[in-house]
Formats: sequence, structure tokens, C-alpha cells
Amino acid sequence: AVFAGDYGLGRPALPEEIAAWDVKVMPDGRGLPEGSGDVWTGDEVFAEKCAVCHGDFAEGVGNWPKLAGGWGTLDHEDPLKTVGSYWPYLSTVWDYVNRSMPFGDAQTLSADEVYAITAYILYSNNLVEDDFTLSHENFTEVEMPNADGFIVDDRAETEYPKWTGEPCMENCKDEVKITMRARVLDVTPDEEKAEAA
Amino acid sequence: MSETFKGKSTSRRAFLRGAAAAGAGALGAGAAKAATPDPLITETQPWARGFGDGVDVTPYGLPIRFEDDVVRRNVDWLTADTISSINFTPIHALEGTITPQGCAFERHHSGAIELAKEDYRLMINGLVETPLVFTYADLERFPRENHVYFCECAANTGMEWAGAQLNGAQFTHGMIHNMEYTGVSLRTILAEAGVKPEGKWVYVEGADASSNGRSIPMEKALDDVLVAFKANGEALRKEHGYPVRLVVPGWEGNMWVKWLRRIEVTDAAVQSREETSKYTDTLEDGTSRKWTWEMDAKSVVTSPSPQAPITHGQGPLVISGLAWSGRGAITRVDVSKDGGKTWETARLAKPGEKMALTRFYLDTTWDGKEMLLQSRAMDETGYVQPTKTQLREVRGLNSIYHNNCIQTWWVKPNGEAENVEVS
Repeated sequence: AVFAGDYGLGRPALPEEIAAWDVKVMPDGRGLPEGSGDVWTGDEVFAEKCAVCHGDFAEGVGNWPKLAGGWGTLDHEDPLKTVGSYWPYLSTVWDYVNRSMPFGDAQTLSADEVYAITAYILYSNNLVEDDFTLSHENFTEVEMPNADGFIVDDRAETEYPKWTGEPCMENCKDEVKITMRARVLDVTPDEEKAEAA
Repeated sequence: MSETFKGKSTSRRAFLRGAAAAGAGALGAGAAKAATPDPLITETQPWARGFGDGVDVTPYGLPIRFEDDVVRRNVDWLTADTISSINFTPIHALEGTITPQGCAFERHHSGAIELAKEDYRLMINGLVETPLVFTYADLERFPRENHVYFCECAANTGMEWAGAQLNGAQFTHGMIHNMEYTGVSLRTILAEAGVKPEGKWVYVEGADASSNGRSIPMEKALDDVLVAFKANGEALRKEHGYPVRLVVPGWEGNMWVKWLRRIEVTDAAVQSREETSKYTDTLEDGTSRKWTWEMDAKSVVTSPSPQAPITHGQGPLVISGLAWSGRGAITRVDVSKDGGKTWETARLAKPGEKMALTRFYLDTTWDGKEMLLQSRAMDETGYVQPTKTQLREVRGLNSIYHNNCIQTWWVKPNGEAENVEVS
């Protein structure tokens, strides 16, 4: 060990306890349980457990998250970020659905159901054919379109040098004009209403 | 009475100064001379005659009813429901630096859960010599530390990227609180399990349905991260993670995992939903930054502000505000009344503390003319809080998170203030 404490507090975790709580899945597939599910099974499970919020085609209902679509919009004025257009790793889909969905009834899906739902979300994003079956064996072969779309925080190079040092104190600009007003937009809750809520 | 005043020259000078200022078109009475005796003084008031409440009336008190506007507020259009949502600290009405827990903002992803100390378990597993389970009582037996830190949501001010939207410091800057935490250093707890050399990251997750799992590099985990069970002297509030939360000084609030149930030592980042789909910052060219953990230096004038207009007319005016930085202590705050043409250095109420809110004041005289109020924080690294224009030049408009731009309030001659953007 790099270091070890000696307070003698706590007790060893049992394998069953670790298995119950440690359900995370890594981008390289570590943590995936055995199992599989195909697109059509996923369609059925999705219709029953997911579509009420996320739509029959994972396109989203109302203000609820859209899981499909938005391909090629990330450099647009109003990008649509979905599993297909934005998420870098399929592991995150499996992990998040498995541990935190459906919203309000989490941790109720079987491993095969999570594979099936994940296959259906891939299909909804045009990333696999309708006869596709996802399993723990072929999981890491799936390539996500935006896998290379992320860079590690680069503020230390791109921002900090620009904005470090003694700032201007006098005659910093010739003219100041108001260019935008929150009152014009008028989307702030009024305080009477907010208090009642 | 007036004769007594005449005999004290200093008091008389102060009195005349006040009267002159009030006479120049003030809205309120200020120091103006009273025409008739004040009945609040000349007539005996009920509270000066009868009883107040006994000591058995309020075992645990709430603020007096006159302060019932100093509350958290929700903006219903921001999110699809109130369960995975946000509310806002009333920073426009608070002073000093410590946030009262009862009105400190909340951000949940599957609601504020109720978890009793008896039911609480903390697991350490992964790349450790001995995976361990702790009870709440175990945690109270480790050596403790106390620290004051701000917790700022990564999305604080996020609605303002595209322009001036919400009219109030509570809404534009209120996804923040600042508390004195008591807890055990994460370093101490990791040592108990024994971290293996290949352990480079810790993955932390909560007991709630959302789990809110995040990856933290080992260097930070061993530096200043706290496993906290008290805030501002008492147990954490339910909505703030009772009975145990993570405190990650200077880093985005999402990583301050509440209802902390598991810490896993790993050899790589898990790349969970909360660090891929969310809490990644999209730049203008469509690529996105990930692992933008630190919250950069930031400040806001809390009064005057849209929810805290000037009601006292011309004369002495206290400009009050907050500054903070995730990269160390605040060393200086400048205030501008003309939209950034000229700046005056404000007074820090106390020397800045690392990764904690710092109160600043500019004691000034208001001439009743409009102002474009701004504040600009500097931290101990020499970093100067940028304008929104400067941020947009690097990031574009779609970053969502980490908006630490200079805020402008347009204070009008009637004392009202509005959230605006200026050129």
C-alpha cells in the first residue's frame, strides 16, 4: 500500500456487499455483467418503461431528455446533445440506465433488459441495424460518433495567461452601452408566486 | 434637546451633513429633521409593556416572520420537474459569508432522500488492501477537521450565457452556499483501507437513485477533500446530504456527492453520466472540455441589485457583494459604477480565505444618477475575473457551465436595478 492507517475502524467489506453496490461500468467494458438484448426486445421494454418521458423513438416528450437525434449539431447555435450526437462511451449508457433509470423506479431492470434498452437507443440513433443484438461480448466493438469530441480542461493554457495581471483601472473604455436587458425577456418568477411555491 | 446638541460641535457637524444630503431630493426621511414627535418613541409600545415569548416556545427557531422573503426560490421553466432540479440561495438579502443552512440552495437529481444514521453505510473498495465498510458511528471516531468552503453549482450563472435573462442576484448567482464543515479528511479514510500504487482515481457515489457518481484524481483526494457530517455547527440538512457528504474545496458543486455511500479506488476515470453527458463544456467548434473541475474567480454585487433596490435616496450608500475563487484566496475586488470605464478597489470585510466566500464593501455616496454597477474579483494566482465578452471569445455560447463573467446591474435614478449586459 502507498500508505495505511491504523485506527482499526470499520470492518472488511464482504464480496456480496461489494457486488451489490459496485455496479459501475468502465469505458473499456470492465464491470459489465453477462447478458444480451436485441433491438426489438429493447423496443418493447422501452415502450413499457421509458417512452412515457423519452418518446416512442427516444426523441423525448415535452421537456424530458431527448436520447436520440441532434447528429452534427454540436457546433450549431443551439446544439442538441443526445446519446448519439454527444455521449462518448456506450459504457455510460449501460451504467446510467442500469443504476438510475427509470426515473422514480431505479434499479429495477435486469441486465438483459439494460442490454436491450441500450441496443434500442443505438438503433434510435441510426448506429446499428434493427436486427442487432448487444451483449457483454460485442459491447466494446460499438463506436460512438462523438468519442473523440472531448478534450481535457485546457483553461490553464487557453484562459489563465490571458486574464492574469494588473487590470485596467481608469479610462478603460470610451463608451458603455446597454446591449441586453433581463426585463425585456421577463422570465423571472415574481416573488409572490415563488414564495407560494 | 436641540440645545444639548448645540453644545457638542462634532455631533452638530454630523447632523448638518446628514440634513444637507437628505435635503437634496432624497426619497426617504434619512437624517431629515422631524416635524412632529415620533409616536414609536413618544407612545409606549406593546413590546415595551407586556411579555414576549417564553423560552419554551421555540425549541428550534426559524427566522422572524418579517424576513419571510429571505427564502430559496425555484424557477420552474429551468427543468422538466422539481425532483431533478435546482433552487437558489437568497444571496441578495444575506450578509457576511456564512450561508444559513435553511435557505442554502439545493440541487438534486432524484430528490432529497431521507437516510438515518443507523441505516448509513460507507464502503471503500477497489484498488485497496482491505475493502472496508464504515458505520456513521465509525466516522465520528476519526480525527476531525473544520474548514469553511463555498459550494458553487457548475451551472451557476449558466442561464446568462446567451444574454441577460433572470432579474436578480438570487437567480443569476444563487446556486452557491458557504458553510463551516466538520468532518474527516478523505486521506485518513483511504489510509484505513490502504490505497494500492495503481490507484490513480477515486470514484464517489451517493445513496440516492441518481447516485451522482463522479471520478476524482487521487492527487485531489489526498489533498483537501473532506468526508463531512456537520455544517455550520450542526448535522447536515437532509437536502444537503444527511448524514454524510463529500466536500471538494474549490471544485464544481456536482462533485460534492451527497448521502455518500461508496468510494472506489480505480486506475482510470469511470466517465460516468455526470462527467460525460453533463458537466462537460461545449466550445464553439463543437468539441467539449471535460474534467473542468475548478471554479474560477468570480464576484457579484448583492446590494444594490434587482431584488435589493436603493430605497433611501441619495447620500451614503453601501455597495455590498461576494467574491470567491476555486484556485485560492481572493486578494482584491474592484467595483465600477460606470460599466467598467473606471474602477475603485473595494474593502474586504476580512482577508480572503482559500476557496471560501469573501465579503467586500464599497462605501460610497450616491448622487441619484444612474449607475452601471460591476465587480471584478482577483485571486492569489493573479487571475482577474473576465467579462462575458472575453469568456465568449474563448468558449462561444454553448458551454452551459462555468460562467464566471463580470455581472452588470443598471441602477436607475429611482433606485431600481436591472440585470443588463453592456458593450
